[in-house]
Amino acid sequence: MATFDLNINGTNQQVDVDPDTPILWVLRDSLKMVGTKYGCGIGQCGACTIHVDGSAIRSCSLPVSSVGDKKITTIEGLATDRGLNAVQEAWLEEDVAQCGYCQAGQIMSAAALLKENKNPDDAQIESAMAGNICRCGTYVRIKKAVRSAAGKMG
Amino acid sequence: MTTNINSKHNRRSFLKISTVAGGGLVLGLNMLTSCQRPGASDEIEMPEEWFEMNAYLKVGDNGVVTIYSPNPEIGQNVKTAMPMIVAEELDVDWKNVVVEQAGLDTDKYSRQLAGGSQSIRQGWNGLRKAGATARHMLLMAAAEQWDVPVEELTTANGMIMHEGSGQKMGYGEVASAAGQLQVPEEVPMKDAKDFNIIGTPTLNVDGKAIVTGEPLFGLDVQREGMLIAMAEHAPAFGMTVKNFDASDALAMPGIKDVFTINTRPEGAEQQWSDVNAFPELVVVVGETTWQVMKAKKALKIEWEKTSDLENTANHETALAQLIEQPTAEPARRDGNPEKAFADAAQVIERTYSAPFLAHNPMEPMNFFAHVTDDKAELLGPIQTPQYLRMTASELLGMPEDNISIMMTRMGGGFGRRLYGHFGVEAALISQKAKAPVKLVYSREDDMTNGVYRPAYKVKYRAALDADNNLIGFHVRGAGVHGSPVFQNRFPAGAVDNYLAENHGLESNVSTGAWRAPRSNFIAGAEQSFLDEVAEAAGKDPIEMRLELFERAQSNPVGENNDYDAERYAGVLKLVKEKCNWGTEADGTYRGVSAYYCHNSYVAQVVDIVKENGKPRVNKVWCAVDCGIVVNPEGAKNQIEGGLVDGIGHAMFSALTLKEGRPEQQNFDSYRLIRHTEAPREIETHFVDNGIDPTGLGEPGLPPIQAAVANALYKATGNRLYKQPFVQEEELLG
Repeated sequence: MATFDLNINGTNQQVDVDPDTPILWVLRDSLKMVGTKYGCGIGQCGACTIHVDGSAIRSCSLPVSSVGDKKITTIEGLATDRGLNAVQEAWLEEDVAQCGYCQAGQIMSAAALLKENKNPDDAQIESAMAGNICRCGTYVRIKKAVRSAAGKMG
Repeated sequence: MTTNINSKHNRRSFLKISTVAGGGLVLGLNMLTSCQRPGASDEIEMPEEWFEMNAYLKVGDNGVVTIYSPNPEIGQNVKTAMPMIVAEELDVDWKNVVVEQAGLDTDKYSRQLAGGSQSIRQGWNGLRKAGATARHMLLMAAAEQWDVPVEELTTANGMIMHEGSGQKMGYGEVASAAGQLQVPEEVPMKDAKDFNIIGTPTLNVDGKAIVTGEPLFGLDVQREGMLIAMAEHAPAFGMTVKNFDASDALAMPGIKDVFTINTRPEGAEQQWSDVNAFPELVVVVGETTWQVMKAKKALKIEWEKTSDLENTANHETALAQLIEQPTAEPARRDGNPEKAFADAAQVIERTYSAPFLAHNPMEPMNFFAHVTDDKAELLGPIQTPQYLRMTASELLGMPEDNISIMMTRMGGGFGRRLYGHFGVEAALISQKAKAPVKLVYSREDDMTNGVYRPAYKVKYRAALDADNNLIGFHVRGAGVHGSPVFQNRFPAGAVDNYLAENHGLESNVSTGAWRAPRSNFIAGAEQSFLDEVAEAAGKDPIEMRLELFERAQSNPVGENNDYDAERYAGVLKLVKEKCNWGTEADGTYRGVSAYYCHNSYVAQVVDIVKENGKPRVNKVWCAVDCGIVVNPEGAKNQIEGGLVDGIGHAMFSALTLKEGRPEQQNFDSYRLIRHTEAPREIETHFVDNGIDPTGLGEPGLPPIQAAVANALYKATGNRLYKQPFVQEEELLG
C-alpha cells in the first residue's frame, strides 16, 4: 500500500492503495465515484473512459502510480456550475441510452474528441469512438448526439 | 371514456395498502431508487404528504404523482413506458410524475420479469386499470365533496372539473379523501383516440442519472462494511473443483477469506432459471475489487474432469449428421411433401449454421447480498427476481418472506440475467462470510460461464413446379439442447406440402435464452433461403413473399399457423413503399427480410455500399407492427438497437470451444460490432392499427441477418451460409 495525491475533477484526493491499482478501481472502490464503469479490464470496451490532462484514457489499464499530478476528469466532473456539458445535453435530447451502462464512457470519448476537433465529420466521429462498445447498439444515436453537441459548442 | 374493463388482474394489487404520510413508502426503497424525474432537467417540488392509491401509484398533496415501475429494467425502456400507461389512465401531466422502481412483491404485482418482450403486452391491462382505478377514486372523492354526481366530473392533466358549477381542483387536494374509499370493482377506461401520453415520444426517466454518472447499476452498489467477492469457476465445461491451495491468496493485502460454495447441493430443488454449468466455485472475499482480482489469480486450484471436454468442431460434425437424419415423428407435416419433391421441376437445398454466442451485457454479472441469521437482503441486476428468491430460499434454508429482492437498473440483459445463479452465489457467500458482500464477475468470468445462445444448423429444401410455384417446403433443424425450428411459423400455412423436423444435441455446455431465442438464428436462415427460392423462381423477393401471404390468408394450409398473414404482408408492403423498392442507385446493393416473433411483425430493407472494397450497411428501413406504440422514442431506439445487435452478431461474433474451454474470454478475441461498422442511418416506421401492444425488445433483431446476407449477395455474388459472415471474408469481396 502507498499514499497517492490525485487531482480529480479539480479536487485533491488522497488515497492509500496498492501502486498497481488501476485508476478505475481507485475511483469506484476508494472514492465511491461509480460513474466510471468496469466493462472488460483490458482497454477494449471503453466503458471506463476518463480524461487525463484532457485526453481520453481507459482507466482500467492506468495504474494509480503512473498518474502523478496529471488532472483527472470523470463523468461526475463533466458538468459545471453552469449546467450539463453540451455533450451530456445532446445525449439527453437524442435519448441515446438504452441500458445506459456504456454511455459515461461514450460521453467522455466524445467530449475529448470535440475538444480536439470542433467539427468532426462522420468518419472522424466513428474512428474516434471506435474504442467504445455499445452492446445495446445505440451507435446511430451516439453519432447524432456528437454532431449535435458539436453544433451547440460551435 | 367508454370502455369498462373488469380487471382479471390480481385483486390484491388494487387493495388500498395504507394512506401513508410524508414519504413513508410501502416498498423497500434505497438510494438506487431515489426519485427520478421523467425528462431532463428542472427540479420538481416534492409534496409534504403522500397518499397511496394502489400498488402502482401514490398522489402527493401538491398533485405530484409517484408511479412504481414493476418490471426489471434492462435497457428495454419499461421503466419509462410502463409508468406512461398508468399516467395515461390516471390522466395526469407527465411533467408531474416521479418514477420509482418497485422491488419484488408477488402479492402486489404479477409477472415482475424481463423476458420474452412481454412486459408491456402482459402489463397493459393491469397498468391501465391501476391508473383508471386511482382516477376514479379521486373523482368519487371530489363528487362527494362537491355533492354532485360523479358522472358529471371530467379530468385533464391532474385536475378535476365540474362543468355545471364551474368548480375545479387538483388531484392533490382530494387525494387524502380518495385514499379512504373502497376500491371500485369496475372503472371506465380511455378510448385509444383520447390517449395523450401513450404515443407521445418521451425521454428515458433515468436519462439524466445516466449521463451524469449517478449510481444506478448493481455494480454501483456501495454499503457500509461491504466486502467484495469474486469466484473462480472451472476453466472448461465438464470440469469442477477438486481442491485448492489459498495460502498465497490469503497472504495478500485486504484478503479476508477463501472458501468454496456449491449452488447445487444434493437434493436441492431446481428452478428453470437455475441453468449453470459451474455450481462449485472457489470464492475470494476481500476489501477492494482490485485486491480480490489479484488474489483470485494467486489461487492454486486443482480441477477434475467430470464429463467430456467438448470441441466446436465436434458439435459441427454432430449437428451436420443430425440434419441428414429423418425424424420418426415430424414436428409438422402437411400434404405429401415426398411426392411434391419427387414431382418438382426444380429443388433448392441449402444449409445454414451459426455458433454459440455469449450474451456479453456491458455490465458483467454481479449481485449484492446481506444475509443474517433470520433475513436476507438481495439487491442487483436480475431479470427474474421471483425465481431468484425461490432458489435463494431453498439454498439459504430461509422462508421466502424473509428474503427481500430489489432490482437495480441493468447494464444490459439480452437474456443472460434470466439465469440468476450469481444472485444465489452472492447470498451463499454473504451467509458464509457473515458480512454484506458484493459478488463481482470479471469480464472473463462472465464470458466463459456459459448459458450461451446454442450453436445451430438447419437444412432447407424447396420444391418448385414447372411454373415456379412453391409446391413443397422442408425444414430440418438441429441445435445444442434443441432445434431452432418453429414448425408453425411461416411459410407453414402457405405451402400445400410442408415438413418440419427437429433434432437436439446433448452437451455439457450450458445454453439459454439469448435475445429472441431460436428466432435469432432461424429468421436469418429462412429469409436467406426464401431469397434464393425467389431468385430460382425468377420472382421479386417481396412479390414472392406477398404471394405466399395471400395464399396463407385466403386459403391457409393446416390449422395452427402461428402468424397473421395480413399483418405480416402489411409490414412488407410498408417497407417496400418507404424504401422505394427497386430504385436503388448504382453501387448500392439491397436486401429484404421479414419475420414474426414475440407477437410482432418486422420487415427490413438494407442498403449496402462498398467502401475501399469493404461492404458497409449504409441505411436500413424498418417497418414494425407491434400494435399501439406506447413510447415512440423508446420504441424506435429498441428497433435500432435490435438490428444493430443482429448485424453485429451475424457479421462478427462467435464463441468457440476447444477441450471444453471457451476460446474467447474478453473483447480482444470476442468481436462485437463497433461504431465504424454500424449502419449510417436507420429509418423506422410503425403500423398504426390501434391493436393492443405486443413485443418490441426482441423482434427487431431476427430478420436483419438475412436482409444483410441478401444485400451482400447482390454486392458480391456470394451467398452466405455460415455465421459469423466474416469467417467467409473472401466471400465479402
